[in-house]
Amino acid sequence: MSFSEFLHMGGYAAYVWSAYGLTAAVLIGLEWSGRAELRAAQTHARRRATIAGEKS
Amino acid sequence: MTLPGPTQIFALVVGRDLRLAFRHWDQVLQPLIFFAIVTTLFPLAISPSLDELRRVAPGILWVAAMLASLLALESLFRPDVEDGTMEQWVVSGQPLALMLLAKTLTHWMVSGLPIVLMAPLVGYAIGMPGGTWRIVMGSLALGTGALSILGAIGAALTVGVRRGSVLLALLVLPLEMPILIFGARAIDLAMHGESVTGPLNLLAAILLLFLSLGPMAMAAAMRISVEN
Amino acid sequence: MFPFFTVRSPLSTDHFFMWLWFYKLASPPHAYQLLGKWRPWLFWPAIVLIAVGVAGGLLMAPADYQQKDAFRILYVHAPIASLSLMIYVMMAVAAAIGVIWRMKLAHAVAASCAPIGVWVTAVTLATGSIWGRPMWGTWWEWDPRLTSELILLFLYLGYMALRSSFDDIQRADRASAILAIVGLVNVPIVKYSVVWWNSLHQGPSLSLTGKSAIDSSMVWPLLLLILAFVLYFGALLCTRVRAEILRRERNPAWLGEIDLKS
Repeated sequence: MSFSEFLHMGGYAAYVWSAYGLTAAVLIGLEWSGRAELRAAQTHARRRATIAGEKS
Repeated sequence: MTLPGPTQIFALVVGRDLRLAFRHWDQVLQPLIFFAIVTTLFPLAISPSLDELRRVAPGILWVAAMLASLLALESLFRPDVEDGTMEQWVVSGQPLALMLLAKTLTHWMVSGLPIVLMAPLVGYAIGMPGGTWRIVMGSLALGTGALSILGAIGAALTVGVRRGSVLLALLVLPLEMPILIFGARAIDLAMHGESVTGPLNLLAAILLLFLSLGPMAMAAAMRISVEN
Repeated sequence: MFPFFTVRSPLSTDHFFMWLWFYKLASPPHAYQLLGKWRPWLFWPAIVLIAVGVAGGLLMAPADYQQKDAFRILYVHAPIASLSLMIYVMMAVAAAIGVIWRMKLAHAVAASCAPIGVWVTAVTLATGSIWGRPMWGTWWEWDPRLTSELILLFLYLGYMALRSSFDDIQRADRASAILAIVGLVNVPIVKYSVVWWNSLHQGPSLSLTGKSAIDSSMVWPLLLLILAFVLYFGALLCTRVRAEILRRERNPAWLGEIDLKS
């Protein structure tokens, strides 16, 4: 089986690759957005901790 | 002074809500009028031919009944929450689940029951054979009861929220889909002269399940909505 | 029986040790650090298993004799479909734990499940419809699986809509928990009713995963990918729950003590 045959997927290339691509995109997107949320929350928490430290 | 027992509390709440409902009987009519108007929309949108309407008649009746029941939920708890009655009930130490169930039952009697009674007439107008009226009323009676309980849980959850009515539809409609399926199917089977025991039994089972678990969920939801 | 942090009366040492692990797990700083430690152990195995499973599904498994190569969509569709329901169950169970034991961490878990669940359900619908196009000749069919998946998406959206309509996070937690529990009771009814509804309306259609006995060389990548997706979800959840813990923490005393970078 050649590489172009593999990409061709027996004529179903558009369906197979779009399904895989979509799934991959969303899974990666969820990981990325989760990390972004955590980073934002950490920045916010650090700022709060600093403010509390200055007050005491 | 002796405190009233559970049966008495139930009867007191039902009596009070019935009295309140009959004082505003024009509001009681609103869901019924809504039901009639929605069913009128379908012939206008689809076709005046009774033969064509007959095929979708069970669906029309059920969708209209579902929307009417949803619309009526707005007035289920809101007045009592707004004037502070509900808060008194929550802190009174009386069985809140029972009282909310009584309210829901009364609400069904004044908003669901009229629809059930009028449905055969409306069904006849959209081409349903006259002999199916028992099944129409039976499926709607069981189904709207279950709709009222599910709706009451949703209403208790959203009563403290701004723009709660759109949210309520969003929460409640997906959960009501099985009732729609079984209810409309029962009428459809009856129109084709087939046995309807299956869907009607399923509707009754759903109603019993909601009756047994629903009041607890209503009470828990109401406690969250009322307390501040 | 209830944990000691809600009961004011003195408790026996038995109770104390029984609930100690529970209490420790539920304490925000501990959970924050623990989840940070767990995450790589879920994430990297998931990546490896996904790589192996996808290679197995695309390269090694033979093409289906009926569906040819289009059946390979199964390897992403089925794992993500099973995940969509699993996340809902987990969300509802976490919400119930949060309400019953007043455990803040459980509410944070439930809140973190919802956005992941929405996306996973949306992808299930999209891949199902992409698969349906070559198989049924249409993008959308009122197939019982697709229909109940669509209702599941509505349930998730309702949950998130309710949650976002409260300003107070604790009320949002408890109100949405009740909705999630009611939804969980309803999920089997929805599933059954939709299957029943469909079986009456149309003859047996070509089913996606089918009764056609699948060769074992087709099965192992599927099982591997199901496991991989569950692990990946675990990793996603760890990150989001940590963010949720930080967002909910009103007392910054412990924030200064732990390394927020890790």
